[in-house]
Amino acid sequence: MDRRPVIVGAADYPLINGQVSPGVTPLQMQAACAVKALGQAGLTLADVDGLATAGAWNPTGAGQHITMTVGEYLGIQPRYVDSTNIGGSSFEAHVAHAAMALEAGYCDVVLITFASTQRSARSRGLGGRSPELNMQFETPTGMLSPVGGYALAANRYAHLYGDIRQPLAEIAVAARGWAGLNPAATKRDPITVDDVLDSPMLSDPLRLLDCCLVTDGGAALVMTTAERARDMDHPGIRVAGFGEAQTHWTMTSMPDVTVTPAAQSGPRALAAAGISIDEIDVFQVYDSFTITVLLTLEALGVCGPGEGRDFLASHDIGPGGDFPLNTSGGGLSYLHPGMFGIFLLTEACAQLWGEAGARQVPGARTSLVNGTGGALSSTATCVLVRD
Amino acid sequence: MSVLPWPVADADTQDYWDAIAERRFLIQRCRSCRRYQYYPRSVCTACTSTDLELVASQGRGTIYSYTVSRRAAHPDMAERVPYVVALIDLAEGPRMLANLVGVDPENVTIGADVAVTFLQAAEGILLPAFEIVASQPAQNSNQEETDV
Repeated sequence: MDRRPVIVGAADYPLINGQVSPGVTPLQMQAACAVKALGQAGLTLADVDGLATAGAWNPTGAGQHITMTVGEYLGIQPRYVDSTNIGGSSFEAHVAHAAMALEAGYCDVVLITFASTQRSARSRGLGGRSPELNMQFETPTGMLSPVGGYALAANRYAHLYGDIRQPLAEIAVAARGWAGLNPAATKRDPITVDDVLDSPMLSDPLRLLDCCLVTDGGAALVMTTAERARDMDHPGIRVAGFGEAQTHWTMTSMPDVTVTPAAQSGPRALAAAGISIDEIDVFQVYDSFTITVLLTLEALGVCGPGEGRDFLASHDIGPGGDFPLNTSGGGLSYLHPGMFGIFLLTEACAQLWGEAGARQVPGARTSLVNGTGGALSSTATCVLVRD
Repeated sequence: MSVLPWPVADADTQDYWDAIAERRFLIQRCRSCRRYQYYPRSVCTACTSTDLELVASQGRGTIYSYTVSRRAAHPDMAERVPYVVALIDLAEGPRMLANLVGVDPENVTIGADVAVTFLQAAEGILLPAFEIVASQPAQNSNQEETDV
């Protein structure tokens, strides 16, 4: 019995200008994505015995129990539930935990869902979290949240290694280039380095176009065992390795603001997969901000500490380039509904299934997916392989 | 959930904020392993001791990194825009986040020496903040502090 964990379905919710139609709820969005992703695998809701979800859409009180809210709406009574919420990296962690549960025989079909209507609900601000507990030492400073924490990292990085305005801008330009090839992307018009450098400063050195979008969005993934996937139309994408790490919550406690926890989770995932970083065909790396990408490439070991500037100068991360990265357009240009991690996974699957249309990376068989949550606080890395 | 951005003190932090209100900047030290930690809490994260005390800080440090908020995080901060938010490496060792005051945001440099001051952030709200000072060696961080 081959119980190795595989992904057999993946779906994103269609948006118009980064929004859902008026009145659409996160539950409707998750149901639509679940039906589509299950359908790709020839499964129905009745097959699901594991459920994982994370989000911030639910009302306080009873709705805080998000797996129960979603599970009931979908009529699922799971034996395996995971409401791990480590920000944008939650869904890579859901995949990791589901992989262990599937391999152990604890469950057979895991549905992972996410949705948010934060843009339609206009619920997003820069004011940070309530100044209680740990945050009583951060929120009162007026650090813009979350951009300010990433700006602190970017300024420290530039102090240590030199000016990064150009390489950060090029990350935003490349993302927009990929988004131009993705019909579902929110922002598709090309931009230039000058456009980025001329955009309004928010929190030095990060400007508006260094920041991810604020949109609605939803998605679902379906995982099962290789054995079960053998009969399915959609070839299973194997979860070959995974790793998680968490270092802090407030910026005060980040050990080195230029080193993300991916320095731990990335090598763990690659070692478990028995794959070296050079063997990865397509990278999906959380891009909450341009600096997140630069720091993550170094943390993962794509290049050494302080070498990110030179790496980006000598490699092309855009369409047709030698180092395809964030092929959906990423959080910078595709969409960003508060948590982007599940969309890194659905795009990696689209690439490995060869279903990415105009943005398809020819012959992609391996993908590294790295989610980042909080203020560079948590990461979870998955290595996906199409055998 | 507080709608204002000012500190909500609790059993771990009431004494710290009470001292700030009197313009005294304290730092928590472990009575067992003598290490300092920021912010105050109920356990020493270095040695797991629960025997901790607040002691007077030298109030000196260096800028580890900083950013400039070009928009107000809260309407009560609008008059100060643009304002500087900095990570300060305290002479005692721990790092903290605070506003940098009395300096043009264009003239902030990482590594600069700073000294503690207090920012009247709103009516009745005093926050620890820092200002850049002429470079001078910090005192030995291992010296005994006066208990308060």
